[in-house]
Amino acid sequence: MSIFGNRETRLVVQGITGRDGSFHTRQMLEYGTGVVAGVTPGKGGQRFADTVPVFNTVAEAVRETGANAAVIYVPPVGAAGAMFEAADAGLSLIVCITEGVPVMDMTRVLPYVRERGARLIGPNCPGLITPGECKVGIIPGNICAPGRVGLVSRSGTLTYEVVNQLTRSGIGQSTCVGIGGDPLNGTSFIDCLRAFQEDPSTDLIVMLGEIGGTDEQNAARFVREQVTKPVVGFIAGQTAPPGRRMGHAGAIISGSSGTAAEKIAAFEAAGIAVMKRPADVVELVRARLAGTTRMKR
Amino acid sequence: MNLHEYQARTLFRAAGIPMPDGDVATTPSEAETIARRLGGTTVIKAQVHAGGRGKAGGVKLAGTPGEAGEAAEKILGMTIKGLVVQRVLVVPAAEIASEAYVGLIMDRATQRPVLMVSAAGGIDIEEVAARTPEKIARLGVDPRYGLLPHQALGLAFFLYRDVAQARAAARIMEQLYQVFTANGCSLAEINPLVTTPEGRVLALDAKLSVDDNELDRRPDLALLRDESAEEPSEVQARRANLTFIKLEGNVGCVVNGAGLAMATMDLVKYYGGEPANFLDIGGSSNPDKVVNALRIITSDRNVKAILFNIFGGITRTDDVANGIKTALAQFPVQVPIVVRLTGTNEAAAVSILQGIGMTALSDMDEAVQKVVAMVQEAA
Repeated sequence: MSIFGNRETRLVVQGITGRDGSFHTRQMLEYGTGVVAGVTPGKGGQRFADTVPVFNTVAEAVRETGANAAVIYVPPVGAAGAMFEAADAGLSLIVCITEGVPVMDMTRVLPYVRERGARLIGPNCPGLITPGECKVGIIPGNICAPGRVGLVSRSGTLTYEVVNQLTRSGIGQSTCVGIGGDPLNGTSFIDCLRAFQEDPSTDLIVMLGEIGGTDEQNAARFVREQVTKPVVGFIAGQTAPPGRRMGHAGAIISGSSGTAAEKIAAFEAAGIAVMKRPADVVELVRARLAGTTRMKR
Repeated sequence: MNLHEYQARTLFRAAGIPMPDGDVATTPSEAETIARRLGGTTVIKAQVHAGGRGKAGGVKLAGTPGEAGEAAEKILGMTIKGLVVQRVLVVPAAEIASEAYVGLIMDRATQRPVLMVSAAGGIDIEEVAARTPEKIARLGVDPRYGLLPHQALGLAFFLYRDVAQARAAARIMEQLYQVFTANGCSLAEINPLVTTPEGRVLALDAKLSVDDNELDRRPDLALLRDESAEEPSEVQARRANLTFIKLEGNVGCVVNGAGLAMATMDLVKYYGGEPANFLDIGGSSNPDKVVNALRIITSDRNVKAILFNIFGGITRTDDVANGIKTALAQFPVQVPIVVRLTGTNEAAAVSILQGIGMTALSDMDEAVQKVVAMVQEAA
């Protein structure tokens, strides 16, 4: 078990012949992900890496291969179009890796995708990985290991840092999800917390947040009210000055809101164990895993 | 990207928003000429990306063209919140009967543009929101249908009882919404929206922030960027496709990924140091990026040591190592460098660094502790 992606995931790669798309498709195939199709308009009929059939449209790919999920590596100007197309094709999971998608585009994409019942992850995210089953996106497979810790994060390499610390200490993961650093995205912390709470293969949740907005505060409220599994959290950007965008479009402190201190306080009030630094994750997770009964089976 | 008031005015007026005539000047004599053309009393306003211009002395009234020139003389070259004023806006002074606030922001929580209006205009709206939230009316706009006429009029009646004024304000809100969506803005603000003694409704100020992600497909907007209003090192970094923000500390940081970059800065602080910057070299690992990063960081004289923290995923750590090697061959780096790298092609990276007499650590905490200790020894 896992959340959002598993052995049953049949993936279509939008932008499969592009520089990023082709590189990461090879990595996903190597990992054992069920990549069943690719889409690049005008290249229909070709095969990628001699195996994966390429189609002109997502609808055609779905019809011919039974794909149920899409990952998007197309450039920013075409990303909104790719998300609309994936939603129209009836896919239940859409992961958009593309960085730099205009926010105004997302105001139209998000309601469109939701009305069609699809889950969108991203944009500007590393995607997700269910260790040993499938990897949708760009999270390096070699730093992950199968296990019972669910991880959700707004960033990419910080996720790798923390996952690596867990794996090296013998703590595996059920699923790791990077929801992305943009101000408007398809999947929130709360969506992932709810899924991990309901996932029988997840015993503990690690949540990596950062400055900007109120997603972490809302997530903390949700944890207090509806999550019974232990949660360990981190907030990046304690040293960030207000009013400056720290790389991610979403990571900006406006006025007195969105600061690391505010978010850490919200975590603590919700009973979330707060890491002072990434390396703390191992000790905090170990202490709380020891207390869960499921691990004793 | 923030626009200057005079740039935002051009977009507002093109959309039909009623605003007083006016023009921008870079010299006192230009300001005088504009004031003469406008006639009557004028307002001279500093054009910088900073709030509180009035309090800082960057806004002055002038009764005559001569006074306008004198006011411009005083304001041009003035420093407001660290930014040197290079342009002034000259506009006719308006007689004001009432001041209101109208603003549109992209709201993360509801994932749509939110229109906010308040009859308590002319002052800091965040303060109004914090102290007297009941004085602000808000409306989330469904981006698929845009701001509907009855929605705008409903908010306008929150500001004005007079139907003619309400209709005028509603029209302005619709025009502001057009400016906001047509230019991919994250913020569009009129503060104040005024009524005159004759009952006209006018926008006296104009503020726009454009989503940086729009700029690639909107070269017309990208041209409005005023690099003279930014930290020179940040301009240099952007041209090199790096995300860089200068801070006050002395530990230079080179990191891949925004989240890890912030966490690295935090860890420097955790071990008693002060980060000199935020720097994200991004996903693709062109060695040139590393060379540019080192050039920018070493031009900051406060920097006493440099920390690399690279977690190789898409970024190949051997590319980063090659970048360091190239940089050191091109220009002298007078301060010590501590390198932490792990992940893709780590073995190759380590051997490249060993070839130039450097070592690499694989643990983030160890590297940060080492660089902080070096800075403290140097002090």
